[in-house]
Amino acid sequence: MNWLLPYPLLSAALLVLWLLLNQSVSAGHVILGSVLALLAAWAMAALRPEKARIRRPGAALRLAGLVLIDILRSNLAVGRIIVRSREPGVNAGFLTIPLDLRDRQGLAVLAIIITSTPGTIWVNYDAAKGTLLLHVLDLVDETVWVRTIKDRYERRLMEIFE
Amino acid sequence: MNAAGNLPAWAALLTALCVLVGAAVALIGSLGLLRLGSFYARVHAPTLGTTLGMASVLAGSALYFSVLEARPVVHEILIAAFVTLTTPVTLMLLVRAALYRDRTEGSGEVPGGTWRRPRR
Amino acid sequence: MSALVILGWAITSAQVMLGLAMCCVTYRLVAGPRAQDRILGLDTLYVNAMLMLVTFGIRTGGTLYFEAALVIGLLGFVSTLALAKFLMRGEVIE
Repeated sequence: MNWLLPYPLLSAALLVLWLLLNQSVSAGHVILGSVLALLAAWAMAALRPEKARIRRPGAALRLAGLVLIDILRSNLAVGRIIVRSREPGVNAGFLTIPLDLRDRQGLAVLAIIITSTPGTIWVNYDAAKGTLLLHVLDLVDETVWVRTIKDRYERRLMEIFE
Repeated sequence: MNAAGNLPAWAALLTALCVLVGAAVALIGSLGLLRLGSFYARVHAPTLGTTLGMASVLAGSALYFSVLEARPVVHEILIAAFVTLTTPVTLMLLVRAALYRDRTEGSGEVPGGTWRRPRR
Repeated sequence: MSALVILGWAITSAQVMLGLAMCCVTYRLVAGPRAQDRILGLDTLYVNAMLMLVTFGIRTGGTLYFEAALVIGLLGFVSTLALAKFLMRGEVIE
């Protein structure tokens, strides 16, 4: 089983991509898409990437919901700053946060979460010191942002990946 | 709008709402690019268009075609997935490039730190 | 029929808003002041053009616009990445 399907999630995602692009679930497209997905997974196995291991799928789903709500809320907050503020962007600034998360996949997911939330951007991660440099649009209280990142995202990501 | 002959009213109104909200959010994001004062503040503005703006317009499109063709048309999810995965990468790389340029020029606005020149 | 009329007007005004957004972004693209501002403007222009194409797809009811939007999204990613990398190192392919 392992040699046939080295990356089951990747293969399934590729098959779904193929069916969506072709707008059809006919037998021919399912077979062709499955063959392509298998070939791509074997090609991927030759590269030997580090395998991600999701320990708690339930926690991952809860985190996804939380991130969706946060993106909606910060869309409103950033929109209000742009439209209402007399001089928008005066509170913007850099922020350094020490991170305990060391797992590479977890850090990648944290980078995507932070950057796709409007108002915060991941700038640089220093792997030697374990510190993260962020840029925040509305940097009034640093401790609030540090607590948000560490308690809301980092703790949950450590539960999921470590 | 000649293709939409037999579209029920609720679907038409919901699609109109989704498309309007999405376009307005994208407009606010682009306005931010115009109004915000410095480059690092401006980087935050496009994420409005690539999150809520994109999701809302694509939801309107998916709803419209699903009701019109009486079958689930969800290939808009592909655009949403691609944009969600690619935008953070471009923005991060752009901010790092800007930071690198500012640091090598010795600008006082950015944090210094131990910045190694990227390996060639 | 009136709901369809409302939908038609909504799409027209959405396209006007997206057009205005593209104007704002083009100003940033032309005015700068620095290279990174221009690249950021170009990236946002790609996103706005993609949304504009999706609204055109709703207006005409065809799926051709969807595929154009997909291609624009992918091309925008690659070109912005190449430009940002050029800013960082002065060359794209090493």
